[in-house]
Amino acid sequence: MSRTQTLSKNTILDAVRGNQPPAQSMPTIPHFHTNRPQGNQPADLVAKFSESIVHMTGVVITENVPDLDSFLRTKFPDAKVICSAIPEYAGTIRPAGLNHWSEASTIDVCIVRSPMGVAETGSVLLSDLELQVNTIAYLAHDLVVLLDPKQIVPNIHDAYEHPHFRLRPYSVLMTGPSGSGDIGAIVVHPAQGVRTLTVILSPARNASKRKG
Amino acid sequence: MSRPIDQAENAEKFLADTVHEQRFDKLLWAIRMRRDAAAQQVPEWEELRTLASEIKEHTLSNLSGYLIQFEARATANGVIVHWARDAHEHNQIVYDLLAEQGIDALIKSKSMLTEECELRPFLERRGIRVTETDLGERIQQLDDQPPAHITGPAIHKTNHDVAVLFSQKYGSDPKNEDTAYLAGVMRENTRPDILKARAGMTGANFIVAETGAIVVATNEGNADLSANTPPVHICSVGIEKIIPTTESLAVFIRLLARSATGDPITQYTSTFRGPRKGAAMHVILVDNGRSARLGMKRFWHSLKCIRCAACMNTCPVYRRSGGLSYGSTYMGPIGIIMMPTFEIRKYSELPFSSTLNGSCTHVCPVKIDIHEQIYGWREVMEENDQIQVVKKEAMRVADKVLSHPALYQIATASVSTALEVLPHFAIYNRLNVWGKHRDVPEAGPETFHEWYRNHRPDHRTKTNEVER
Repeated sequence: MSRTQTLSKNTILDAVRGNQPPAQSMPTIPHFHTNRPQGNQPADLVAKFSESIVHMTGVVITENVPDLDSFLRTKFPDAKVICSAIPEYAGTIRPAGLNHWSEASTIDVCIVRSPMGVAETGSVLLSDLELQVNTIAYLAHDLVVLLDPKQIVPNIHDAYEHPHFRLRPYSVLMTGPSGSGDIGAIVVHPAQGVRTLTVILSPARNASKRKG
Repeated sequence: MSRPIDQAENAEKFLADTVHEQRFDKLLWAIRMRRDAAAQQVPEWEELRTLASEIKEHTLSNLSGYLIQFEARATANGVIVHWARDAHEHNQIVYDLLAEQGIDALIKSKSMLTEECELRPFLERRGIRVTETDLGERIQQLDDQPPAHITGPAIHKTNHDVAVLFSQKYGSDPKNEDTAYLAGVMRENTRPDILKARAGMTGANFIVAETGAIVVATNEGNADLSANTPPVHICSVGIEKIIPTTESLAVFIRLLARSATGDPITQYTSTFRGPRKGAAMHVILVDNGRSARLGMKRFWHSLKCIRCAACMNTCPVYRRSGGLSYGSTYMGPIGIIMMPTFEIRKYSELPFSSTLNGSCTHVCPVKIDIHEQIYGWREVMEENDQIQVVKKEAMRVADKVLSHPALYQIATASVSTALEVLPHFAIYNRLNVWGKHRDVPEAGPETFHEWYRNHRPDHRTKTNEVER
């Protein structure tokens, strides 16, 4: 650290130490599970998750999707570049095949698996571990996320217990497609990111417990 | 010495344009109602507010330790941490980071701190081209205006305004006022800048001491693009934004978007702990008056603010005068208690831009005693002889009302319908200059003095007196 930086740091910390009020204690933070009106069973969590993500203009597919390729070709008939970040489906390109992170803008549809959903908000968790190239979730036109319904947690308190937030360089709770309400407070899609977000509830192979 | 900002005088221009004024009022009130509905969906809402307040008070009262912890953890994650005592030092750090790599263009997501530091003009004077990637912020940048609202910078503009602006700046169809079309114009014109940028900048809603992470919430995904696409990510954050743990982050995330827009969460709530391989991540911890405010016994609670703008959306004065009238980076109720800490003379009249109805305090997710601080700042201004005679009189009225708790509770009734019409009687009296443009409503034509006399309780108990 340069001399100027050391001086700045010490000046700020000295001022803070001199001015901070008497120490107050940290409260205990409950998870509020007993307050949830929607119930605690897995089916309840799926229902609440679905309701929440639809509120945020995401799309949720609860039926079984036996043939992913056929599903994607039908849903996105004009898609030429399909980037797959899941092992069971090749797509037309893998994230590792991108030379630069900005090249993700050539992707029409991106598919990735999320390790966790949040019933309260309809969010899916993604990190650099699943995405490999973080920009594929933003620069692609459309994003499809697979989520094991068993990995849906009740609320945001539960969500932030996921190890990703302590271990991964980048994690995001993604909730619906990119949108903006900056003109006339009317939310339109997309803003700068993906046009649509589709979550397919799909049990993961060999995954009955949450994985970090 | 700078002349004090006269918010009431500035508001006259806004009020004279009835199309914008009425629309603005209506839009913000609708957001306030959505906030109420969202809060009612959460049974533990009030408990969350209390927790958020307590966590912030704990953190601010142990701030030095948490800042040191954050620096250590972030550094261990590969982040380069910088310290900036003031706006100039902050701006210089950003410029040096760019200049030393020969970077002459920057993409950035919305950050009120960088507005506070006036970063954009600083960089532009030195040849750095800055592209705001938040739609509202970009609109304001193209129109050469500061943000009018802290979460919706261009919310005062109509679709027509934006269509005309974009046609002038981007050559788009001036007659097409469709919101989706206009958002598309912005996307098409900004995307090339994002793809070729060598540096991106974000603010932070929170930083987490335990993990050394920064947390950014957006609806557009533009912070994720600004941080992830280029190889250099610079994050500027005020030192008060720190929270202890990821566990405590959950409390704030549950409150933030619900308070701001009525949605349960923003579309993207992103945690950046460190740079990706081959990239660089810088975090600039900025003081710029915050450590001094921490020492103000009556006013340090304003540092708890999480910038949701709920207090602005509910404020009758803000809704009817527009954000630009405050002439300040932060506006509305939170602005008028923060700005005097930056420059007391310049912002000496802002604390009078309030009816003291207390609605701001009721909706604040971190329980800042906003209206009491507004009153406190009025006292400070009087002690410092910073205010005009008419406003001293206004303060004496407020003084009487605040000294009668029962009456005060009537005045601060949180019933939405009461508040919605409150401005029409509370604003319109000779002591409130904002009232000049308001019609006297058919019901409730009393002046504030009459209302006060008619409602004055016969007795009061010492224990009920408002603590000051």
